[in-house]
Amino acid sequence: MDETQGEPSQKNNVGLFVTCLVDLFRPSVGFAALKLLEQSGCIVSVPDTQTCCGQPAYNSGDRADAIEIAKNTIAAFEDFDYVVAPSGSCAGMISHHYPRLFEDDKNWGDRARKLAGRTFELVSFLTDVRKMTSLPETITAPEGMTGKLKITYHDSCAGYREMNVHAQPRQLLSSVDNLELTEMDASTECCGFGGTFCIKYPEVSSGIVDRKLTNARATGADVLVGGDLGCLLNMGGRLAREGQDMDVRHVAELLVGDFDTPPIVKDLRSPDAGPKEGTS
Amino acid sequence: MQENPLEFRKNSVEALADENMQAAVGFVAFGFPLMRKMAIDIVPEFEDLREAGKAIKDHTLDHLDFYLEAFEEKVIASGGQVHWAATPEDARQAILEICQRRGAKTVTKGKSMVTEEIELNEFLEDNDLVPVETDLGEYIIQLDGQKPSHIIAPALHKTVPEVASLFKKHHAEALGSEPRPDDPESLVGEARTILRDSFVSADVGITGANFLIAETGSTVIVTNEGNGDLTQNQPPVHIVMASIEKVVPTLEDAATILRILARSATGQEMSVYTTFSTGPKRATDADGPEEFHVILLDNGRSRFLGTEFQEMLRCIKCGACMNHCPVYTKVGGYTYGSTYMGPMGSVITPNLMGIEKAWTLPMASTFCGQCASVCPMKIPLPDLLRKWRETAFEKNLPSATERYGLGLWVRYVRHPKVYQLLTKIAARFLAHWAGSRRLISWLPLASAWTDFRDMPAPQGDSFMSLYKQQQAEQKRAGVDK
Repeated sequence: MDETQGEPSQKNNVGLFVTCLVDLFRPSVGFAALKLLEQSGCIVSVPDTQTCCGQPAYNSGDRADAIEIAKNTIAAFEDFDYVVAPSGSCAGMISHHYPRLFEDDKNWGDRARKLAGRTFELVSFLTDVRKMTSLPETITAPEGMTGKLKITYHDSCAGYREMNVHAQPRQLLSSVDNLELTEMDASTECCGFGGTFCIKYPEVSSGIVDRKLTNARATGADVLVGGDLGCLLNMGGRLAREGQDMDVRHVAELLVGDFDTPPIVKDLRSPDAGPKEGTS
Repeated sequence: MQENPLEFRKNSVEALADENMQAAVGFVAFGFPLMRKMAIDIVPEFEDLREAGKAIKDHTLDHLDFYLEAFEEKVIASGGQVHWAATPEDARQAILEICQRRGAKTVTKGKSMVTEEIELNEFLEDNDLVPVETDLGEYIIQLDGQKPSHIIAPALHKTVPEVASLFKKHHAEALGSEPRPDDPESLVGEARTILRDSFVSADVGITGANFLIAETGSTVIVTNEGNGDLTQNQPPVHIVMASIEKVVPTLEDAATILRILARSATGQEMSVYTTFSTGPKRATDADGPEEFHVILLDNGRSRFLGTEFQEMLRCIKCGACMNHCPVYTKVGGYTYGSTYMGPMGSVITPNLMGIEKAWTLPMASTFCGQCASVCPMKIPLPDLLRKWRETAFEKNLPSATERYGLGLWVRYVRHPKVYQLLTKIAARFLAHWAGSRRLISWLPLASAWTDFRDMPAPQGDSFMSLYKQQQAEQKRAGVDK
């Protein structure tokens, strides 16, 4: 198990914060993140003691447990130059909320603030810190229903409002060949996931996600893309129940050209017309 | 629809099935943010104004007692009276005493959410007074025995045919039973005709206040229909009902905040009327009330002072938060079962009713953050909602199943080795369960998810497990990392 930890003075030692959802549901996103970070010139490690950022406890009002979980994360990652997560929500938890958890604790507060300053969402890290303006490899998207692969991008709440992720994924996606991005109405509106909200108030959550999916469909997209797996599982799961007419993928997969891995949810319209599996 | 926050989920289901409400909140979701954005895009210094407004309110709240007493002094100096009401009951009694002393019968009302909060109309009616709402939206819902469903647009859930039918019934005595035109302009004309009589015959006029100005002892209302002005200057008695956090130090301070109030609320640069009232009519005034009273209501605001919740007291009741809320614009105001709704209502209501009676409201949020990003007073609403969740958790208010589930998860997430093993097992099991469809439509204990959505299947193994295998293979292959 590789755990090289660089000196903080070096600029490219990155700890990958996999996130609990990627770990359980979609490792391919984690591997895509690894590849992208390495392509951008980083030495990437995956600390073995990481589990979760603690947001489920924090947002349930269980501050004490959130603090203990945060301490584990801080200890696992604090010796890296940067911490990168393929999720605006988890990055936001560390970056915005960890310092708050330790406002009464000078020692842990300092450690939390230091880590917060070095924690980034994946795509914005590539563009804003590694200064990637386009993808290092030529990536060609497979055919969509109408020639180019049409996608639309959902801006997750924490990614957009906490981590300022908006232009960056669009910038890198624009260097994928045969890809056409059409903006949906209200791309920055919540998808209705909200962690435990979607299981406590599922009827309201369904109403909200239906509104989001209506907007997404209206773009004629073949693929619904986003940077947060919670949102994607929610939107994909509802899509599967209510008319499975778009693929759903994480942005990292597109940026490494991983169109082979089955999408989170698959477009069930004519399989011949849709994105083909086994090609790239 | 139950007027009980604890029935939020049940109320939400009713609201989702209510076509009129869905049409109304659908319009709010689209129209209000658009209008706000247009009004704000033309003000390059909007962010500076937000900062300035926040600073004014923060300073005032840090010295609230001083400014309230300064305000009172000026009101008295200009010939008015101030009544301090700790509770809704105190406020209602103070108003009743004034009305009874004057032998009042009809009381006209400008729009005031605080009078809804203290349930004033029912109380006045119980005491043989006739309160008449004069804001058109409030008038409509008063005829139908309803409460506001939005703090700025109280009747947004009503359709034109519904209003026509209400007016046909309730205006029959005054206007006859002959069929009348029922287009919106004609209906407004009917309301105007009816309300004219009330305005001139009222014995007491009650308004709210958007601001109380300590420097001059003035109260300020912001209206579009002119009803506020006719309510306060026609009758011989003007009562202002205001909560204590409405005070600001100076006219300049009020002017600063006025620059962002209407823009945030309705997308207007200013509302049609912005009215400053100082004391009863002076000897040289042509008209105006003989008596001027201000009722200052606490009802829990002072409980917020000196706590993290003090920031909530900066609220200027613009409604921007609920206009941009994915939850409010899906279910509308009645779902909340409280005087105040949406994000601001979800912070205020547990303070008014006690967290035990209202803990569902802070839970009914996705924490998307839209509210905080549009609040003109920069109130960190999601953080305050989370604070309430912490209080609820301390009091064991989430259900036992939920706490148990969370507790289980917490136990494993703090032990990486056990966590990794369980994640790997879960990834395998769920992938197998999902089969070739790669979707799970049903899973024991997961009905809250699967009743509404499929669950996309995991990929068969966890990342950490696969990564370790990959690292081991690379080592075996002699590739050093």
